[in-house]
Amino acid sequence: MLRFVVRRVLGAIPVLFGLSVILFLFLRLLPGDPAIAILGQHATPQLIAQIHETLGLDKPLYVQYLDYLANLLQGNFGASIIDSRTVVDTFLQRFPVTVELTIGALIFAVGLGIPLGRLAARHPNGWIDGLVTVISLFGISIPIFVLGYTMVYIFGVQLHWLPALGSIDPRLGVTAVTHFPIVDAILSGKPNAVIDSISHLILPAIALGSIPLATVTRITRAAVIDVSNEDYVRTARAKGLTQSRVDDRHIMRNAWLPVTTVIGLQVGSLLAGAVLTETVFTWNGVGSWVVSSIQNHDYIVVQSLILIFATIFLVVNLIVDIGYAFLNPRIRYS
Amino acid sequence: MTGPVASAVVRAAPRASRGLWRDALRRLVRNGPAMLGLVFIVIFVLGAVLAPLIAPYDPTIGSIVQGKQPPNMTHIMGTDLLGRDEFTRVLYGARISLTVGTVAVFFGLLFGCLIGAIAGGAGGAIDGLLMRFIDVLLAVPGILLAIGIVAWLGQGQIQIMLAVGISYAPIFARLLRGSLLALRESDYVIAARSMGASPARILLRHMLPNALTPLIVQATLAAATAIIDVAGLGFLGLGPGDPRVAEWGEMLTDSARFLQSAPYLIFFPGAAIVISAIGFNLLGDGLREALDPRLKR
Repeated sequence: MLRFVVRRVLGAIPVLFGLSVILFLFLRLLPGDPAIAILGQHATPQLIAQIHETLGLDKPLYVQYLDYLANLLQGNFGASIIDSRTVVDTFLQRFPVTVELTIGALIFAVGLGIPLGRLAARHPNGWIDGLVTVISLFGISIPIFVLGYTMVYIFGVQLHWLPALGSIDPRLGVTAVTHFPIVDAILSGKPNAVIDSISHLILPAIALGSIPLATVTRITRAAVIDVSNEDYVRTARAKGLTQSRVDDRHIMRNAWLPVTTVIGLQVGSLLAGAVLTETVFTWNGVGSWVVSSIQNHDYIVVQSLILIFATIFLVVNLIVDIGYAFLNPRIRYS
Repeated sequence: MTGPVASAVVRAAPRASRGLWRDALRRLVRNGPAMLGLVFIVIFVLGAVLAPLIAPYDPTIGSIVQGKQPPNMTHIMGTDLLGRDEFTRVLYGARISLTVGTVAVFFGLLFGCLIGAIAGGAGGAIDGLLMRFIDVLLAVPGILLAIGIVAWLGQGQIQIMLAVGISYAPIFARLLRGSLLALRESDYVIAARSMGASPARILLRHMLPNALTPLIVQATLAAATAIIDVAGLGFLGLGPGDPRVAEWGEMLTDSARFLQSAPYLIFFPGAAIVISAIGFNLLGDGLREALDPRLKR
């Protein structure tokens, strides 16, 4: 098992290394002078000189890369040209918001997707199965921003059931301690702030969770049908076990394997989807920061965020792979 | 018989076969949902092609005085903020979205197949190197890679096509490489090799035709996500960059601020994206079942 873990961890390093080279070149190969691309046409010579100095643009390319890599390894991702704050600083403040959104979406997708998939698998080709197929078809065909605005209009504007924008009502005066909206609301000791932050999470979590919901439902359905045809399930039924016992003890235990893998793989789509979701619902997470940085030509931030997103994605995949190998010995020894 | 595809045919059909493609076509035509998907696609393609003929107004001209009219007899989908006819703009938007989406998938196929064919055909160190490169691209999740590339290349239709295409290339490359590796040891490839066929000939004439079917299915499904991704880029302000051009994603961004007073400006372009994506998804699933009948549930 240890050998497997070491092999997988070592396998991720060249990928990150390769990505850092591409992102390094991304900034240097911007058309024209990178400093002007970053600062815009009307930048003062002092500012341009400052960017040249920060990026080391007058040194040879390989020296620039080594400097860049050395900085990265020390956790120095550079600073924004808009507010001069370091990327790490702003990231630590915004990331919890994105994590909360992602967890909310995952709870929605898994909490609904697994029961739906099991229900559909119980009567393949029946009407529930048909309904589930239609739901998952919509899930993968509707863009996050279309679903998001539709829900904002119905539940926010028309019915006034749920708040449409932001992650918490600023009038409640909750101080940001952990930067997780719900956790901060709990720490504030105001029950109405807790309810407010949870109700702010519902619509964005559904919008972001729609694609993972479709995927989790499909995979659960397929896995359950697959396992249901196994001999040991037939044996379990033949010896007179109740349906629910066969379902829980014999079918789901084995169906969990593919389902957990797919859930882990959703993290990538959730991180990318957060960019759109946070823009629709005006959440101040990392996703909306990517968008504003691109609009402001804040390339140092864009470059760092892509690297950070990829690192998170790789680490989560690594954990899923290792978890899968832990659950399924056949992988580990192959 | 149709040459190298013959072995796939024998596997696919229990009775005397008329060829892989004809069998697949017959299965596809009998697949209700797939035909519904095709109908959706055809409607949008016709709307896009015939836009100058059937659109009642000019997509770029309007007057602010007539802005934000709800759907009525003269403007069946209402008018946008600048008084331009929404129906006309949805029709013209289909031109951009379908063209950019499908060309992006084509670019993705081109880059992906080139890398996948070289990797799967050559094997060894070249394969290892190319696949590590693919791993690097795959490490940047989903639309984020396309966002990064557009940020780098700048805005414009070609740039979007390239960005979305490159972000899809890894999927096609892996798919093709996997198929080719599996085919390398198949009997007919060994036979061709023993008869002295050149590596290029074996790859192009014997292996590629047999590796095509998963690519066709994947490309059709990718067209659905490409339309969504292109609209997503437009929505984030990374669209074609010309405010006069009607693009579904950009139309949504423009209207979002007026959700309360003019929700139909979100509804119609949104529905257009969803229906065209459903069309490609249904057709893609149908193609998968038609080309590999063992998958039929």
